[in-house]
Amino acid sequence: MSFFKINTDRSKYPQPDVNGKLNIDLDSHKYVKLWQGPNHPGVTGNMSIELTLAGDEIVEAKTHVGYLHRGFEKLIERRLFIQGMQTSIRMCVAEPDSNEYVFCTCVEELAGIEIPEMAKWIRALILEMARLQALLRVVPGQGGTFGLGVGVQWGVYMRELILDRFEELTGGRVYHMFMTPGGVRGLLPDGFKKRMEENLKEIDKFIDRIDNLMYNNSVFKKRAVDVAVIDPSWVNKYGIVGPVARSAGFKRDVRKDNPYLIYDQLDFDPFVINYSDIYNRSRVRWHDLITTVDLIRQIMAKMPEKGQFKAETPNVLHWRIPKGETYVRSEASRGEYGLYMVTDGSDKPRRINLRGPSYTHAVALLEELLVGANIADVGAIMVSLQTCPPEIER
Amino acid sequence: MKDLIEKLSKTFELKDVVFQRPDLSFVTVKKETVISLVTHLRDYEGFSHFVLLSCVDWIEDNLFQLTYFLNNPDQKYDLAIRCMIDRTEPTMTSAHHLWKQIATYQRELKEMYGIDFPGSPRLNENFILEGWDNIPPMRRDFDTKKYAEETFFPRERPKTNDPSKYMKSKLYPDE
Repeated sequence: MSFFKINTDRSKYPQPDVNGKLNIDLDSHKYVKLWQGPNHPGVTGNMSIELTLAGDEIVEAKTHVGYLHRGFEKLIERRLFIQGMQTSIRMCVAEPDSNEYVFCTCVEELAGIEIPEMAKWIRALILEMARLQALLRVVPGQGGTFGLGVGVQWGVYMRELILDRFEELTGGRVYHMFMTPGGVRGLLPDGFKKRMEENLKEIDKFIDRIDNLMYNNSVFKKRAVDVAVIDPSWVNKYGIVGPVARSAGFKRDVRKDNPYLIYDQLDFDPFVINYSDIYNRSRVRWHDLITTVDLIRQIMAKMPEKGQFKAETPNVLHWRIPKGETYVRSEASRGEYGLYMVTDGSDKPRRINLRGPSYTHAVALLEELLVGANIADVGAIMVSLQTCPPEIER
Repeated sequence: MKDLIEKLSKTFELKDVVFQRPDLSFVTVKKETVISLVTHLRDYEGFSHFVLLSCVDWIEDNLFQLTYFLNNPDQKYDLAIRCMIDRTEPTMTSAHHLWKQIATYQRELKEMYGIDFPGSPRLNENFILEGWDNIPPMRRDFDTKKYAEETFFPRERPKTNDPSKYMKSKLYPDE
């Protein structure tokens, strides 16, 4: 039962007409129009939701994006493949390495380049580190939406540890560009694995603390259990992917379904729950955190020590790729993350189109989920879907 | 995947079949066939996950290419259905009744390419742009640089010098 009671007498609420459209007469002074965002602590990134309220209950919600539109897809059409790489990663700040991976893989597939084994392991390591730092923000962030700020502060520190390792490996903290068409830019530095293991031990402790702080906390449970429940029948209807789909009983994980890089050599099982409310969606991400730490350990144990890390590529300033098209997907912390690339034989891509999980989660699904919710839960619902506006407007 | 394509060929007119990867194929169909093929794949072939609706502008042929990506989660493969539509007055049958997220894709394509999908919900509402009065910006003939130069004030840039000439003038003023 939700913390906020829904009024059972629906006679005072707007009723849908024969076309299913709500009759909301704003001049009746029964309703309030309220914009949550674009500048609001309860909104994930630069987007806003136009809410229509009856009391404190939401009767209609519309997602508005475009506050961050930088026209990346258009810009990349005017840039060389190697320049497009630097632009494409900026499409999603929270986890830019998935962009690197899908962009490089599209270019390699269309140019017919096979990357060396060593590069596959390092790419997988980077993708898992990126997932870890993203989850270290979002898992405690779910508590933060209910005012449980201490977990967020712990998470920020833990994320910094991973960013330190990123800086050591790639030179960058947020944007890395360590992957490049043909492979990666180098091998792991000496002592990297040892320092990473020390960080992972800290994160292990953090994971246990978060379990205690959030999932055994009666206030968190009261606010999160039975709120914004996603019916399993919605998963295909709304294009739901990743942890949100896994919390509704669908074992959807690109790493298992269409294994890429070296994921078929790793031992892991995506965690699935059969009831998708805010609590369980967060719980699935908490289990993903454990899986990711385990996968980083597995990768570091199984990866070769040395080897060729980059395949031969033509001069990137004069690189023309034959006409073709492909779609490459990977599993980001939010779910399926794909890139559609079309080439026309020139030195620039004809078209690229990013498919991020938020495109469906933050528009069609969020608008549906918010109806009937309490206004105090809007931020929590958005974080439970892990919405990221830059993926929508690209 | 080949079995599926052969099976579909008996009912639908498929052209330009490309087996890109073992788990990804592309086919081209006529504009009128797309919705019936997509519906058939969803209802009878297990393609329950709609991945992406995208558009490519082939300005030299005066055509738009619409690509519908469908995924079969049980068989773990994707089928991309391409169709070519006229670029001058682009119109396509709406598929918003099949998957909920398609309405969003169609709204974006209307705004960015000017493709009309009659009947699609909230099609004419602003999606990303606001108060846009130029040609749809993702079309190939829209020049981003020219638009920026005409629309925004030119920025005053600080005076710069060629380093070698500047140093020469400082160090050897008489030469």
